[in-house]
Amino acid sequence: MTEFAIEAVGLTKDFGDVKALAGVDLEVAPGTVFGLLGPNGAGKTTAVRILTTVLAPTGGHASVLGHDVVREAAAVRATIGLAGQYAAVDENLTGHENLRMVGRLTHHSKAFARARATELLERFDLVDAANRPVKTYSGGMRRRLDLAASLVHRPPVLFLDEPTTGLDPRSRIELWKVIEELVREGTTVLLTTQYLEEADRLAARVSVVDHGRVIAHGTPAELKATMGSTVLALTFDEPSQAAQAAGILERSASKRPRLDGTDVELIVDGGTGVVIDALRALGDADLEPATMALREPSLDDVFLSITGHRASLDEPGADEPGADEPGADTAVSPGDPKGTTAPSPPPDSPRHVATTSRGAS
Amino acid sequence: MTATALPLPAAADQRGATDHGSRLSWIIPDTITITWRNLKAYGRNPDSIFFSSVQPIMFVVLFRYVFGGAIHPPGVTYANYLMPGIYVQTLGFGVMATSIGLSEDLHKGLIERFRSLPMVDSAVLLGRTAADSVRNICVIVLLTVVGYLVGFRVLTGLLPFLAACALLLFFGWSLMWGAVIIGLTASSSETAQLMVFPLLFPLTFASSAFVPVATMPGWLQGFARNQPISAAVDATRALMIGGPTAEPVMKTLIWSCALIAVLIPLSVHRFSRISA
Repeated sequence: MTEFAIEAVGLTKDFGDVKALAGVDLEVAPGTVFGLLGPNGAGKTTAVRILTTVLAPTGGHASVLGHDVVREAAAVRATIGLAGQYAAVDENLTGHENLRMVGRLTHHSKAFARARATELLERFDLVDAANRPVKTYSGGMRRRLDLAASLVHRPPVLFLDEPTTGLDPRSRIELWKVIEELVREGTTVLLTTQYLEEADRLAARVSVVDHGRVIAHGTPAELKATMGSTVLALTFDEPSQAAQAAGILERSASKRPRLDGTDVELIVDGGTGVVIDALRALGDADLEPATMALREPSLDDVFLSITGHRASLDEPGADEPGADEPGADTAVSPGDPKGTTAPSPPPDSPRHVATTSRGAS
Repeated sequence: MTATALPLPAAADQRGATDHGSRLSWIIPDTITITWRNLKAYGRNPDSIFFSSVQPIMFVVLFRYVFGGAIHPPGVTYANYLMPGIYVQTLGFGVMATSIGLSEDLHKGLIERFRSLPMVDSAVLLGRTAADSVRNICVIVLLTVVGYLVGFRVLTGLLPFLAACALLLFFGWSLMWGAVIIGLTASSSETAQLMVFPLLFPLTFASSAFVPVATMPGWLQGFARNQPISAAVDATRALMIGGPTAEPVMKTLIWSCALIAVLIPLSVHRFSRISA
């Protein structure tokens, strides 16, 4: 028996030669939101597919509410909801019919399925579109319906695979509110995301994954504290000026600035004083940036800070089979080798930047 | 601390008893739900139904009026000879719909959703083939109407005709399981469609569907006489326009049962492998 709603130990998954998961450990306390943060191809979707019994792991084991995801798949399925990045709703059915179908397939009576469908459509602001085929829905509406479909049987554990990827900012915030509401009602949520901002807003605890490994875990605050809370982004007219500025900032600040062409970025972890000092140092050297901005750190910044490389969005590894791409399902079928190149090797050793005691809940 | 002590929202407890035995009892309700959903999809896409019925009608017209004048089967009009072949051909090529439907469900993530639900997995396949069998009933009605317009007449009676329809549906259902495997294997629904065609084309045309087998070269006759499409055509022909029925009907039933015995386990295995 376990005190965690979701638990995974040494989870691995190989697709042929590609290691989509190379040993992942997770512990999610009941009634909390857990964020799996990582770039495309990191293995987030593979982990979710294993935890939701859709995919069998190559090694390791996992359980949801104490039920093993392989041996007790049926029991797991009865307690989970899954809403995916690739909104799995039936385009040919109406919104109401989709929810009724899920109600019937979760073995509820016709009357319950009908009532629950109506209730969820109201909750997700889809009443006007209830009797329209889903193919006429916008992306945000589909995503809301997909989430509604995952809630039909009131699952105590909910898996959300990149719930807001591709959504406009307004739809994103609406969806965040719904997720927060569900958690207030006691639901345990595991969500994957590429956005640090999203993990920060929703998740109590976060694991950062890269190349199928957890490379850091902790609370969002701990994660951000390891790299500073703000990024100072400067752009110069000439690359030479940028290089000179980077040199100056390297001497005046505790973190190394990042130089990319005419762009210089400095992670600021010491409050506004660091920014003032940095700008003063540049002013003294007669270096005037063409543009200047302060922004929130992104996943990219976290990655750079933890691994020394950028999130592998632009690396060949990003589009691998077993990666978090729609093609991932085709890569599963043997005899259908889609990708042949292996992803770049994982970072040498996982660095747990912020490990805190588990008892706190 | 046990799992049940967690602060669960309602409804988790009532399904604690989803053991294996009670799961099997859900196979029929789950299949009905999936069948309903597939039929809804057909109903919502009348254009695809329309265009998929244009092709068999064109075949009827082509063979009846273009080639028919040159083909003289002994003892029957060509319209009567042709139509049983058209029924089987149309049901045969119709399995493309099964492949396409499953392939689309797979690649659009629907199968993933179904897999995460406590439903019986194989209901996805049973519901698909059941819906396509309902579609085949519509196809048979349509072809009978078209057949009557071009001079086809059932010469045996209503009961043998209905027996022929039942046999056609059973034979069509057995062929669908091959299409299930293709639909679950192909990388896209377009590929699935392309994979079905070269399998069915030689079976359909090197058969007794459109010309008497006796007019074919000797080396082809052996194949044409014994393959499943010919058996189904001969059985349909015997039941609709007369002739010895026992042998072709038995042959068709044996072929159908053999296909089912081999293809259903392979389909179910393929389906379970998708998740492995």
